[in-house]
Amino acid sequence: MAMLEVKDLEVHYGVIKAIKGISFEVNQGEVIALIGANGAGKTTILHTVTGLIPSSKGTITFEGNDITRMPGHKIVYLGMAHVPEGRRVFSQLTVLQNLKMGAYTRKDKKEIEDTLKMVYQKFPRLEERKNQTAGTLSGGEQQMLAMGRALMSHPKIILMDEPSMGLSPIFVEEIFNIIREISKSGTTVLLVEQNAKKALSIANRAYVLETGKIALQGDADVLMNDESVKKAYLGE
Amino acid sequence: MSFISYLINGISLGSIYALIALGYTMVYGIAKMLNFAHGDIIMIGGYTIFVVMNTLGMPPILGVLVAVVVCTILGVTIEKIAYKPLRQASPLAVLITAIGVSYLLQNVALLIFGANTKLFTSVVSIPAISLADGQINLSGETTVTIVVSVVIMVGLMLFIRKSKTGQAMLAVSEDKGAAELMGINVNATIAVTFAIGSALAAIAGALLCSAYPTLTPYTGAMPGIKAFVAAVFGGIGSIPGAFIGGILLGVIENLSKAYISSQMADAIVFAVLIVVLLVKPTGILGKKISEKV
Repeated sequence: MAMLEVKDLEVHYGVIKAIKGISFEVNQGEVIALIGANGAGKTTILHTVTGLIPSSKGTITFEGNDITRMPGHKIVYLGMAHVPEGRRVFSQLTVLQNLKMGAYTRKDKKEIEDTLKMVYQKFPRLEERKNQTAGTLSGGEQQMLAMGRALMSHPKIILMDEPSMGLSPIFVEEIFNIIREISKSGTTVLLVEQNAKKALSIANRAYVLETGKIALQGDADVLMNDESVKKAYLGE
Repeated sequence: MSFISYLINGISLGSIYALIALGYTMVYGIAKMLNFAHGDIIMIGGYTIFVVMNTLGMPPILGVLVAVVVCTILGVTIEKIAYKPLRQASPLAVLITAIGVSYLLQNVALLIFGANTKLFTSVVSIPAISLADGQINLSGETTVTIVVSVVIMVGLMLFIRKSKTGQAMLAVSEDKGAAELMGINVNATIAVTFAIGSALAAIAGALLCSAYPTLTPYTGAMPGIKAFVAAVFGGIGSIPGAFIGGILLGVIENLSKAYISSQMADAIVFAVLIVVLLVKPTGILGKKISEKV
């Protein structure tokens, strides 16, 4: 059984149907990429999975639990973390306060301390700036903070929305290395990216979205060599 | 010496404004709405104490406790019935609803207690203090008001800084969606904010009616408006701002009454607000609104 299973999902914004019946699954330990152009519905799918937007049809199952109608804050407790588009760090709180906020669902102080150490190990820059308010960080650093904050909940699966958006090439490289590391340490990753080339390079499988529907799916290395994908998304 | 008396009495009045302003500012910071019914919660608190003390003949401390409980439940209920369904509605719809709730509370009180002024018995029983050879006289109400307000202010700051709920309130005030993604129950956090604000309003009601011992269905209206001014004055959304704004407002009002004209005092208070907002539109401690894209 898949860890996360989305079946025949439909989402409406008012009368506009944004997601037109899509199904996909993510297995334990995989890195799955959702790629597609702007407006294809990638972010909407993530928001629906984590309970920020209600769906109008279909089911979402996480580790056997039906989470289709579950409020977002309860889904976090099941072990799902979401790094939202645009990072959305708490800009008036310090880096450390942001990270602690990420551990809101956890009680054991010792375990939280251990996770904090692990996050600082992955992102030494966050430790250097732990007392700085998050609003004063650069875009790349904020992305690191958003990822660190998500890791603080000790998730089984982490959903990432456009982690490379607006970052300099050096930061993009760094962010993707860290995603690879997160995956290696056993966390399942569902990645939404406009940078299809980068996303396919680290993913096991991928789904290509076109205006609210899945146009193509398959192993990442197969899709990378697919002529239509190359033309439309890889700029070759 | 009389100046110091006026000043201390101003601080006392200002402390009451500050307690009410805390409710305004916290609700604004977290739910992004102006709860214009907040002032009327004070009046309900006053009537509750009146009933417990005068009709039932219970001791004052019990009256205050019952008022805190009644106002807390009332505040949370109003939020749930009137404001929560409008979470996605335009701010104007919420504002109009809040004004509607304000009139509703006033008229319910009018229906139950009538329009006649009730004489309120002070909940404070400590004696007046005389300082500097009797040149400065502080009533028990004045002393208690200042002490209670400072204790509440410090307690509230600690609660927000140290408790998990306080941290959740900070997160919700900045970004509801991101807070939800941290596992924070946003609706519950908003309800807690209304509960705290309304409990503070009940205490403010007890102190206000003790210092100015008359009670009508409109008792809460003017202090409510002034506390709103105090919150804007200090920087709406800021807790220390509400405190400073409240105290300043009380001092300005009392000194104007003493040295300029008691009829003009309210006009002077509002004129000061206009000047402050012209010079610093975000209020004294208001945060600059800057958004990073």
